[in-house]
Amino acid sequence: MDWNLLITQLLNGVQLGLLLFLLAAGLTLIFGIMDFINLSHGSFYMIGAYFCGTIAAKSGSFLLGIIGGMAGVFMVGALVEWLIARKLYRSDHLDHVLVTFGLILIFDTSVHMIWGASGMAIPLPPFLDGQFTLGSLELPLYRLVIIAAGLLVAAFLYVLVSKTRLGMLIRAGASNRVMVEALGVNINRLFLVVFALGAMLAGLAGMLIAPITEASIGMGNDIIIIAFVVVIIGGIGSIKGAFYAALIMGLLDTLSRSYLDDVMKLFMTADYAETAAPALSAMLVYILMAAVLAFRPQGLFPPAGAK
Amino acid sequence: MLGRWRSLSGVTAKVYALLLGLLALAPFIFEWINQPFYLDLLSRALILAIAALSLNLILGFGGMVSLGHAAYIGIGAYSVGIASYYDYYNGWLHLGLALGISALFALITGAISLRTKGVYFIMITMAFSQMLYFLLLSLEEYGADDGLVIYQRSEFPALITMESSTALYYWVFAVLLLTLLFIQRLVYARFGRVIVGAKFNETRLQTLGFNTYRYRLLCYVLSAMICSVAGVLLGNFTEFISPDMIGWARSGELIFMVIIGGVSTFFGPLLGALAFIILEELLSKITVYWHLIFGVMLVLLVLLGKGGIVGWLRRFDAPSAPAPPSTVPRKTGETPPEDA
Amino acid sequence: MLAKTIRTALFASALTVSSLAHAESVKIGFITTLTTPAAVIGEDMKNSVELALEHLDHKMGGRDVELIMEDDGFKPDVGKQKADKLVKQDNVDFVAGFIWSHVLLASANSVLKADKFLISANAGPSKIAGKRCHKNFFSTSWQNDQTPMAMGEHLNKQGVQSLYIMAPNYAAGKDMVAGVEKTFNGEVKGKDLTKWGADAQLDFSAELAKARSSGADALFVFYPGKAGGAFIKQYQQAGLRDEMPLYTVFTVDSIGLPKFQQGKLEGVLGSKMTQQWSPDMDNPANQKFVADYLKKHDKYPSFYGAQAYDSIMLIASAVKAVGGKLDDQDAVRAALKAADFASVRGKYTYGNNHMPIQNFYLREVVADADGRWTTKIVDTVYENHQDPYAADCTM
Repeated sequence: MDWNLLITQLLNGVQLGLLLFLLAAGLTLIFGIMDFINLSHGSFYMIGAYFCGTIAAKSGSFLLGIIGGMAGVFMVGALVEWLIARKLYRSDHLDHVLVTFGLILIFDTSVHMIWGASGMAIPLPPFLDGQFTLGSLELPLYRLVIIAAGLLVAAFLYVLVSKTRLGMLIRAGASNRVMVEALGVNINRLFLVVFALGAMLAGLAGMLIAPITEASIGMGNDIIIIAFVVVIIGGIGSIKGAFYAALIMGLLDTLSRSYLDDVMKLFMTADYAETAAPALSAMLVYILMAAVLAFRPQGLFPPAGAK
Repeated sequence: MLGRWRSLSGVTAKVYALLLGLLALAPFIFEWINQPFYLDLLSRALILAIAALSLNLILGFGGMVSLGHAAYIGIGAYSVGIASYYDYYNGWLHLGLALGISALFALITGAISLRTKGVYFIMITMAFSQMLYFLLLSLEEYGADDGLVIYQRSEFPALITMESSTALYYWVFAVLLLTLLFIQRLVYARFGRVIVGAKFNETRLQTLGFNTYRYRLLCYVLSAMICSVAGVLLGNFTEFISPDMIGWARSGELIFMVIIGGVSTFFGPLLGALAFIILEELLSKITVYWHLIFGVMLVLLVLLGKGGIVGWLRRFDAPSAPAPPSTVPRKTGETPPEDA
Repeated sequence: MLAKTIRTALFASALTVSSLAHAESVKIGFITTLTTPAAVIGEDMKNSVELALEHLDHKMGGRDVELIMEDDGFKPDVGKQKADKLVKQDNVDFVAGFIWSHVLLASANSVLKADKFLISANAGPSKIAGKRCHKNFFSTSWQNDQTPMAMGEHLNKQGVQSLYIMAPNYAAGKDMVAGVEKTFNGEVKGKDLTKWGADAQLDFSAELAKARSSGADALFVFYPGKAGGAFIKQYQQAGLRDEMPLYTVFTVDSIGLPKFQQGKLEGVLGSKMTQQWSPDMDNPANQKFVADYLKKHDKYPSFYGAQAYDSIMLIASAVKAVGGKLDDQDAVRAALKAADFASVRGKYTYGNNHMPIQNFYLREVVADADGRWTTKIVDTVYENHQDPYAADCTM
């Protein structure tokens, strides 16, 4: 057993998990509070990356790109809520699926028209681009930055949700929406803020990953399905659930990719294991979700008192 | 029989009759104006219409929103493809395989999925179809993601061969008619009334002594089997199969066809599939950025147009026209009163 | 009845307009991907096809040329639908293009059954080169195995003892791995086939960590399209450049390089790959193609573009050879098979399976005189190499 490799893989898993958490946090709130299925949540992830890349290229500062990008995605999120989502909270889930799929097409094609199809490489500033060395362990520094940023946002959300008035309303909304409305809270403003905040977090995830994978059209559609799986496994409306489920997913995905073929070689030929292992590790996420839904349909950590 | 079409009167009924008439004559019309390509386009649209009709049975009438229905198209198409790969060309065998395997797959996944409701059901059906997708992707023998070419269509007796485009078209048209008729009869039968009733008030039906879970499961299996026949036809039509046929976006497209046409209506999915294919063909001719126009249309459809094409047609009818056996509930399948 | 009359009138008028306007022109249908992120490849091919037609002055063998460009949307069934349309409705003489194997496989029957010529400018699944070869199918590209086989030879020449291999888990990915393993004599220390498809894996941290800990001499990868960019970035960020030199096939090309340069990924400079063509090739046809492309689009064409350009030039040579009389199919076929045109990769010939028999070169990523990143040929690995499937073809 190569312990250095294992530690590296664990950190990689945590990093992937935290990115998923950034996406899933907004998704689970929008889902839990507004009961709105937003397939186009991944589009915020994509435009976050493009905003950040464009601002970073113009200004020469990655940090400015992040800040500007977050502000930009917040506005786009608010706009989508105000123009479209707001009108559909009370309608059928099918309408949500249809309208947000339409939004995906609109966002993807707009990005194609504005930035072209080739995608965008986003350079890291030199101080983030190095290697982090600890003993014989060597890690790309930026990976640790992503982990730190993810944990920071998780802490921020924890404080926001458990210690502030906004958080109280969010918690109340996730457990019992009707009650919050009955209390005379300005529900429109609460929804707008939650929606835009969720969009902004998704955008941040896109910005963080783009220096590694590049920004590309449809990058959000690839990951949004996994983010949905995280939301379901964690329990709809539960930030805590999203956090744990995202970490489980990240670790499961990374570890199965690195070790599943070795495990499978124990009881089948190497050749067969090499082709079967990637297929099985791709399926694992869905197998886990099906299992959770079959035995605990409300998810692992449903919000307290939720119906 | 005809008495049962009572919900179809006035303009709507005339449009349906005209449509079916046109579809029956389509090969002659296209031959007459020398546009054989449009027959291919129409065949594809009708095959997808059969799949959409089968989806509407569970989604519209049963309130079970599946985001994994394309899996059954895949099972049907792969039944043709894999059997042909081993030089078994008998069409009845292909149909039998498709029906059998889809029924089995639907029985197992349905038994698990139907323990859940609403959005959970959406996600779990998607999960099962994704598993099948990755399985097919890893089957190198059958081409993996490169897919498999079907060099010969399913063999049927001379009278009902599907060799030529026109013959295949009439196969598709016949299956379409049978499907329309079957679903219509099923929904008006006691079975259908239980399914539709369970969508609105499951507890009440359970109190009446119906095992709604079993009814739902049977409905799910029937829908899957119809969809697999669409898959057999699609495999024969494209003469090619690949895992691409069952991605979740394909299942999404089936849902759009149902909604564009009109949820829980008998003809809606057919109209929706036709509209979908025609739009795709027309818009993609205008600009490579046609997805933008399509996206805007979807958004506007939801914001402005309720009830899809059928809903729009019905506005031309007298306001007293009787409603279909069910209308769309506010929240599909999301009313679990007993386990609240 | 009224509706029917209107339909008929509409279709009839559309028909007469199109048949009047182009009664005498050579019709070429070109299918490629113009939507989805893969559009970046399709646009490069489209640009090159348009440039080829400009260079031909839109004429072949004295006849006008009508080009009908179709988008396959990266979906096999849509590709087939477009092929049907080109053959049945537009009645084209040639169908060319095709980036993806699965789209070509799905469409080939429609074209070949209708007795039209099919010219693939990129896709070439091994079946169509072997058992299922067809008299009317021609390719201007290569077989998947050939390029990695050339790379294996080069690694042997370099004295590389051990190798770590990474590729996506799909048909072409496995072909590439099999190709390099066929010729490489050293030890393969490890191999990763990563998730591909709709939600392809783009984070290679786990695999790169494994590669590093394997202690192999060198890294061989195949990551086409956007995965290539993602891989190169992470390879650089992992700091592997000095430890494990990178050898690639179809991963670094003119589509990705401007982006890498903009993103300051110096790690890619000096990396080696094998290919049958390079922008710096020293022949008049290539110089004209590359210079004009550069002038028009302010970037280098990719190998996809070069092959698309060749596909049009190949068709032009055949139409010219038969004096524009396309009715004589045998003559057209013989003319295509002769490949008597100035290919941008230099002269090549066709094998019995209508796949090119051609040279494969070693290329290196360098900056050109203007500082623009591109590739340069540094060695010839194979001369007149024929694909291994030709033997299975009974033509």
